[in-house]
Amino acid sequence: MVLLVLLCVAALLLVAIGCVPVARRAEAGPFVYGASLAISVVALLCALLAGGESATVLPLGIPWLGAHFRLDALARFFLVVVDLGAAAASLYALGYGRHEEEPQRVLPFFPAFLAGMNLVIVADDPYSFLFAWELMSLASWALVMSHHREPGNARAGLVYLLMATFGALSLLLAFGLLAGADGGYAFSVMRLGASDSRRAVLVLILVILGAGSKAGVVPLHVWLPLAHPAAPSHVSALMSGVMTKVAIYAFIRIVFDLLGPPSWWWAVPVLAIGGITAVLGVLHALMERDLKRLLAYSTIENVGIIFIALGLALAFRANGMPEAAALAMTAALFHAFNHMLFKSLLFFGAGTVLVATGERNIERLGGLIHKMPKSSFAFLIGCMAISALPPLNGFASEWLTFQTILVSPQLPQWTLRLLVPTVGALLALAAALAAACFVRAFGIAFLGRPRSPEAEAATETDGYSLAAMGGLAGLCLLAGMFPGVVIDALAPVTKLLLHGRLAEQTTQPWLSVVPIAQRNSSYNGLMILLFALVSAGIAVAAVHRFGSRVIRRDAAWGCGYPGLGPITQYSGASFSQPIRRVFGPIAFRSGETVEMPPPGDMRPARLRRRRHDLVWEAIYVPLGRAVLAVADRLNALQFMTIRRYLTFVFVALVVLLMALAAWQ
Amino acid sequence: MILSVVAQGAQMFLVLLLAPLLTGFVRKVKARLQRRQGASVLQPYRDIRRLLGKDVVLADNASWLFRAVPYLIFAVTWVAAALVPTFATGLMFSWSGDLIVITALLGTARFLQALVALDVGTSFGGIGASREVMFASLAEPALIMAVFAVALIAGSTQLSTVADYMLSGQAGLRVSLALALVAFVIVAIAENARIPVDNPATHLELTMVHEAMVLEYSGRHLAMIEFAASLKLLLYISLIACLFIPFGMTEGHDGLGPFVLGGAAYLGKLAVAGTLLAVFETSTAKMRVFRVPGFIGVALMLSLLATLLRFVSGNL
Repeated sequence: MVLLVLLCVAALLLVAIGCVPVARRAEAGPFVYGASLAISVVALLCALLAGGESATVLPLGIPWLGAHFRLDALARFFLVVVDLGAAAASLYALGYGRHEEEPQRVLPFFPAFLAGMNLVIVADDPYSFLFAWELMSLASWALVMSHHREPGNARAGLVYLLMATFGALSLLLAFGLLAGADGGYAFSVMRLGASDSRRAVLVLILVILGAGSKAGVVPLHVWLPLAHPAAPSHVSALMSGVMTKVAIYAFIRIVFDLLGPPSWWWAVPVLAIGGITAVLGVLHALMERDLKRLLAYSTIENVGIIFIALGLALAFRANGMPEAAALAMTAALFHAFNHMLFKSLLFFGAGTVLVATGERNIERLGGLIHKMPKSSFAFLIGCMAISALPPLNGFASEWLTFQTILVSPQLPQWTLRLLVPTVGALLALAAALAAACFVRAFGIAFLGRPRSPEAEAATETDGYSLAAMGGLAGLCLLAGMFPGVVIDALAPVTKLLLHGRLAEQTTQPWLSVVPIAQRNSSYNGLMILLFALVSAGIAVAAVHRFGSRVIRRDAAWGCGYPGLGPITQYSGASFSQPIRRVFGPIAFRSGETVEMPPPGDMRPARLRRRRHDLVWEAIYVPLGRAVLAVADRLNALQFMTIRRYLTFVFVALVVLLMALAAWQ
Repeated sequence: MILSVVAQGAQMFLVLLLAPLLTGFVRKVKARLQRRQGASVLQPYRDIRRLLGKDVVLADNASWLFRAVPYLIFAVTWVAAALVPTFATGLMFSWSGDLIVITALLGTARFLQALVALDVGTSFGGIGASREVMFASLAEPALIMAVFAVALIAGSTQLSTVADYMLSGQAGLRVSLALALVAFVIVAIAENARIPVDNPATHLELTMVHEAMVLEYSGRHLAMIEFAASLKLLLYISLIACLFIPFGMTEGHDGLGPFVLGGAAYLGKLAVAGTLLAVFETSTAKMRVFRVPGFIGVALMLSLLATLLRFVSGNL
């Protein structure tokens, strides 16, 4: 089976190379996206149908050592995530890609990006892993830069490239430490390696830096809201929905699989980072007026939620509680799967809006529900799923996370006992703020009256895009109705990593989800949906039977001032003003000043809003300044005579030899 | 089996029947406290009947969502209210959702409500929706944390199990339980748009929250929303009664007599809670909007404290 996946990767790479000479032609787009769709479906079927493990060694990469590839339960799950997202994005791009102005900047890199992500998942040694990781990073960087003339995109590309380099370097060092002094090379050798606690700590830090920077945890998230929206929308969907999951795969693979038994306090940084990431991400999303940046910030929030669940899994595993650890891991993986579904859907929706109106700024949208009814319905499903509303899938995974928090008083360590409820409160806060954020996103962009002529002239999108969005919306609903099916599919993964699993769910009566026992907690999305539909049906039938059926249309109530223009509507900024006033002073050091001219003065009054990105200002600005200052100093080294350079070489040699002598 | 189906059905229609009565009762007590005669306690039923018979006047640019949401809000709130045990625990379908699900169902209703407030594109809807989500962003975590505290005491989020545990008297008097109760009451006041957070009787635009959101609704749509609001009030009172004063509830399998007794106890609890609410509303004034986050923030801190206490010690 792993060979079949590798064949898919090779096919994707062939498509990528093959389309370079013809990429400017009109028929190249459908060919590339059609081929990507077909290959992704094949890889998806491989991942779904394969059982057990399969491994292979190919004579590639480093001579004599070869390249190791392996497909185990964890890889299979993430392969499903990657290829489902890839198939949806390819289908969507069949329609969306037609609007691309410079297709030669997108087409070759799209299949290469897919190949890179697939390859990361099946890689079984550091060389192939890092090679695939860099392929994924560089291909996505090229896609981010495909609209390089738009203002801001060049900077986004630069920041992304820097952060990707930093992340890859951290992972490289982590693998170096894991391999140890005797040079164990494949993952199978690392897994057996003796665990040394100091080394393990270093590896943990490096993995949080390396995988975390790709996933977008605070404070390493700064590139994400710049780079994800800059790419074409189907690529944004892949980067937000899928590539962050590949980063989470890297974290799980190294920390849960390769690193050996954890100490309890490893959970502390993971939980703390997760909680802060979740709340800060969603607060930024609430303030954002660019629809795609809003979605990118919300990705940060969801990554935070996944990290909270992973932190809990680490804590339980360290304390020898495999069942609870399996529950936490199931919650994390389920949420990763769900986030792939609804975030891809939402980015597709944002792309559709972009095509229809040319706008990403929600303050210039409005009323799209009348012009694009089908896309807005799909977008609404995505908004409801990401806001964790039952009976959709986002709620199912969040419910599991809450259940995990409820078993954690059994943890023996005091630090964790104090930290976990606090993180639980942050999680609940993030969930509530996410709902507010998506009320704002949908309400301002799709409801109300059009705020610009472009929004007024919007039209419904093409069939491919609608099929992709409709398919994902349907999956969101299905995963919410039958969460037990997904949970059962995750059992092999938790068994592999944690030697524990949840009780089988699909045999429960009425397909309820019962993570611990019936008397503790249970949830049945299917029943809730049926109940709600039946109650709504009863209500509609009764009202229309016994009440009036007449509908009259008239102007909205304007307090006696007819013809108030669309500008009098609430805007995105005014909608989030109360929340900005409550949370802003802490999260953004935000404030407002009103400059009111004295009476009789004809100047207009002005309202100024301040908002600071504290992470950027506290870490990245000083860091950038320091790098520049050091570079200025080192500049002198460029203009010296050959004698000086020779002296430097000689001194360096002597110092190194002395260091070696001291070491021995 | 038949008895449990009947009990479940009775519960669903009981909440539907009682909800307007509770609203009417609270209004009546408030009127009497203000030395007014007040409308009959049956007035909410008459209001709903009157609204049902009236034509719907839709704004010109109202979308399909605007027409669908009143029924959805009603349905979701009804399902949530039917999941809370009122006079009997262990009802047939109580396993389909636990306390967290009930919280989230109310969240769904609020999400839809705030969404359609933006649909017509008037400032009233916007002001109501933006304030509502600001209140909710604090009230929902407060509710979740209070649920956590209770769930940790009873070792379950399943309402029937929690109620049975509280009935058995094992819980006793606990600090965390008291803190959770205060948090529950504050959240209930905020979520039901009662004084001091919001005024259900106001029509002064700048002070409205809930009323501003539903300003564009009329006729049968408004009837559905008003009905859902009554159901929500009943739900919160039933929830607090079920968690903190479960006395008189029957376990649901032992014949007709306990059912009648449970029903009577439930009516008594509703009357007491309704009176207390009316007294509280009469004795306080409405807050400024930006004082409300502090008020709900108290609930959040208390419930977090309650949960922390449970994590720290099993006895608190």
